[in-house]
Amino acid sequence: MSKRTLELDVATPGVDAHGDPVRVPLGVSEGTPEPDIGGEHLLINLGPQHPATHGVLRLVVELDGETVVRVIPHLGYLHSGFEKLGEYRHYNQIIPLTDRTDYLSPMANNVALALAVEKLMGITITPRCTVLRVIACEMSRIISHMVWLGTTAIDLGAFTPFLWAFQERERIYNLQEMWTGARLTTSLTRVGGMMADIPDGFVEGLRHFIATYPKTLGEIDRILTRNAIWAGRTQGIGVLTADEAINYSLSGPMLRASGVPWDMRKDQPYLDYETYDFEVPVGEHGDVYDRYLVRLEECYQSNRILAQALDRLPDGPINVADPRVILPPKSRAMSDMEAMIFHFKQVMEGVKTPVGEAYVGVENPKGELGYYFVSDGTAKPVRWRIRPPAFINLGAISKMAEGHLLSDLIAINASIDIVMGEVDR
Amino acid sequence: MNPTVEGLKATFGDAIGRAGVARDGLSVVVVRADRLRDVLRWLKDTPGQAYTYLVDITAVEYRDRERPLELVYQLRAMGRKTDLRVKVELDPQGELAVDSVTPLWAGANWLEREVYDMFGVVFAGHPDLRRILMWETYAEGYPLRKDFPLRGRFSRAEQVHQALNTNPEANYSLEELSIAEAYDGLPADMRERLRRGERGRVPESE
Repeated sequence: MSKRTLELDVATPGVDAHGDPVRVPLGVSEGTPEPDIGGEHLLINLGPQHPATHGVLRLVVELDGETVVRVIPHLGYLHSGFEKLGEYRHYNQIIPLTDRTDYLSPMANNVALALAVEKLMGITITPRCTVLRVIACEMSRIISHMVWLGTTAIDLGAFTPFLWAFQERERIYNLQEMWTGARLTTSLTRVGGMMADIPDGFVEGLRHFIATYPKTLGEIDRILTRNAIWAGRTQGIGVLTADEAINYSLSGPMLRASGVPWDMRKDQPYLDYETYDFEVPVGEHGDVYDRYLVRLEECYQSNRILAQALDRLPDGPINVADPRVILPPKSRAMSDMEAMIFHFKQVMEGVKTPVGEAYVGVENPKGELGYYFVSDGTAKPVRWRIRPPAFINLGAISKMAEGHLLSDLIAINASIDIVMGEVDR
Repeated sequence: MNPTVEGLKATFGDAIGRAGVARDGLSVVVVRADRLRDVLRWLKDTPGQAYTYLVDITAVEYRDRERPLELVYQLRAMGRKTDLRVKVELDPQGELAVDSVTPLWAGANWLEREVYDMFGVVFAGHPDLRRILMWETYAEGYPLRKDFPLRGRFSRAEQVHQALNTNPEANYSLEELSIAEAYDGLPADMRERLRRGERGRVPESE
């Protein structure tokens, strides 16, 4: 990923006093461009209602001229107390809450929650369910990265990629709607299985998407990657070294753009990810531009994983054959006494987990999403902790933005890929 | 069991309490609260351990009132792809205080603020221990404590009353007020805290 020779090529045409064309180099200037003229620092309030804050994030910015001196983020405008609510709900009832945390990748959140409860209970899911969950996770990754790409491009003034990205997102959303019946609040998984198997025509639809999606990615790549304005606005902005990224507990593309090749799918595999053939893109400069490159490449890799998952999708049940966790079929519940008792106990009492605790971290589009459950043996968790990747990644914004221009703050904020539903929970 | 636990016991002796393996296969080790920062620094900086990545900080309070409140630190040795969970037990009736680990990990800043916000655990040495998800003047307590009702401590009428009577300036944190001209509009108790120099700087005009 060494495209950094680009800075030399980047230039914009202009005309000198004689009318002859001159080429003025763009790019990042070194050192302090402005002398210290002294004067009052300005306090600017950005958000909570501001299109470039991607939700209800409020940034109080202290400016010296146009240079950011301090950034003080204010969170909590979307705080919904999900973790508290989870303590009053059965495990399967928590799944709708996960839809609403990172609402740009609800299916991946559902999968993570099911995995955490299954680990707590020691359940092994069926082969078909494993592959279907991989498909759900990678579809979510494509949706989330497309939204990120589109909104970030808009923040930096590029409107066209936004339309292309959202068109692709729409195609995935149609497939997701076909499967789950919902575009946003999917509630796809259940403890021990899935809410539904994929419908007829889904595989063909997804194969068509896989075949045609790289074309759009290629177009986005062509319009942005070697674009003078894009490179000038993103290169050298918000740089974090590998050590800093680790020290700030960053995860996901933020961590990998800084050159740390850590991906939960490779390094602590779940859902048999180790058997898929895919690459983990790693940046080397840790700036906004590298984060863009990493996410763009991840879209290609997700596409590859989707193709492999469809190829290996086995037949068979999607749910484990355990009436303590999975509802019996309706026909049996209506005719068989034992099945009806299991049905009643599950609906009224919920799935009971053994005493203990379990943490499951999965590679979500935003980073490492962790669900940590502590159980006292009842059907409701004592503690449900969400390790929110967007919240932790956002924690580094002050470090990244200080010393940059106010307009760069927008680029940096966009590059973190926050979703406030998850930051505030 | 993670071999690190043996190393911890050999190095810190009786500061290391019980250890075990959780249902997710991770080793859990309980550490005495006053040695927490030393233990975590040892885990982070000892070459053979190298738990350089802080995954998460959170707290757990059990429904059983007899059980202590647990602080949970999940660490990761990226080179060995191993996680370790370190716990500290605090008496929920007593003073909830422990050393901050922000000197070790910058990422602990917000995580500790969240634990403070939700559980009321005070992290000594934290550079900026303020509420993070709730607002600074939030007076109902610590939402994730078990004695906190799901709908909040105050009645709905009282919550609405307080929301309508909020001083908008109170939404600025004390630190910002050192540069904003909003000092005089503050509630009396915040002015008092500023005057005591608890956090931030008192404006020159005072």
